[in-house]
Amino acid sequence: MSKEWPLWEIFIRGQHGLSHRHVGSLHAPDAEMALRNARDVYTRRNEGMSIWVVESNKITAFDPDMAEQNFAAPKSKVYRHPSFFEIPDEVGAM
Amino acid sequence: MDPLVTFCLRMGDTTLILGQQTAAWCGHAPVLEEDIAFANMGLDLIGQTQLWYEIAAQAEGQGRTPDDLAFFRTERQFLNAQLVERPNVDFAHALMRQYLFDAWHLPIQEALCESGHQAIRELAQKSVKEVRYHIDRSRDLIVRLGDGSEESHAMMQGALDALWPYAADLMAIDAVEQALVGIGMLPPLDRVACAFEAETAVTLDRATLAIPGNGHARTGGRTGIHTETMGYILAEMQQIPRSFPDARW
Repeated sequence: MSKEWPLWEIFIRGQHGLSHRHVGSLHAPDAEMALRNARDVYTRRNEGMSIWVVESNKITAFDPDMAEQNFAAPKSKVYRHPSFFEIPDEVGAM
Repeated sequence: MDPLVTFCLRMGDTTLILGQQTAAWCGHAPVLEEDIAFANMGLDLIGQTQLWYEIAAQAEGQGRTPDDLAFFRTERQFLNAQLVERPNVDFAHALMRQYLFDAWHLPIQEALCESGHQAIRELAQKSVKEVRYHIDRSRDLIVRLGDGSEESHAMMQGALDALWPYAADLMAIDAVEQALVGIGMLPPLDRVACAFEAETAVTLDRATLAIPGNGHARTGGRTGIHTETMGYILAEMQQIPRSFPDARW
């Protein structure tokens, strides 16, 4: 058995109405201590009001080597962006 | 000395010396996360010290600053409880010292939230939130390590055996506190010792640690009597300001 504590990914919500954002990772023996450690490591400067922790190996991700086949196609499909509408002046900044 | 000044120094000296001892772990704790947590806690305690020294200096009225009180008093003038000057030794000792301190610090800060002295009441209302987190953390680690592996259990029991006799000094009450209770500046403090006994009985039992049978023993810190480690702590803490008294950041 490895003596190294497992790695956890830390997500923090800065204020009401925003979503949790990934801020980094840390080591901890279990979820409860990962939360405590996250409080000490990532909220020292009043960054957050909510913390989520997820064990890193519970996250399933695309293989970065497959980036081309996964993500290249939309690059040529600029019409999927809503950037071709004329916006009336009265609308102001959007 | 005005009992109010003495009481504020007893509180502030205790948080200062523990903050200094805790800060010494910066860069040396067993894991990075614990290193940051300990440094955070030390900074909380030093911040609280500053507030205690401001109240003391104002009550004293001799124009001394919090820095004067921290750096230009000698060992016998420090009124901290002996527990906090006990050496770092290893992480088990540092954690156990922190936990026993927290088990006293939370109930006294909760009591001080009802102080008749406005500045003390405001200090307590600010500090109590920090202290609740401190004990939450130290209690959790005491239980995990006490009820952990054979090695961690032995280390925590060794630390408890070494430090338990110093816990009484935290709760020592004399004419100073009685005078302040008498004029309504402090709430009755006997419930602090009751809360300490209740907290430690439950937590140390969960941690499968045995409270040493010889009872509370060592006192004197709050009247300026210290153990052999105190001079070394002050020498390290005061060396720069005493060498360069007018130095500024």
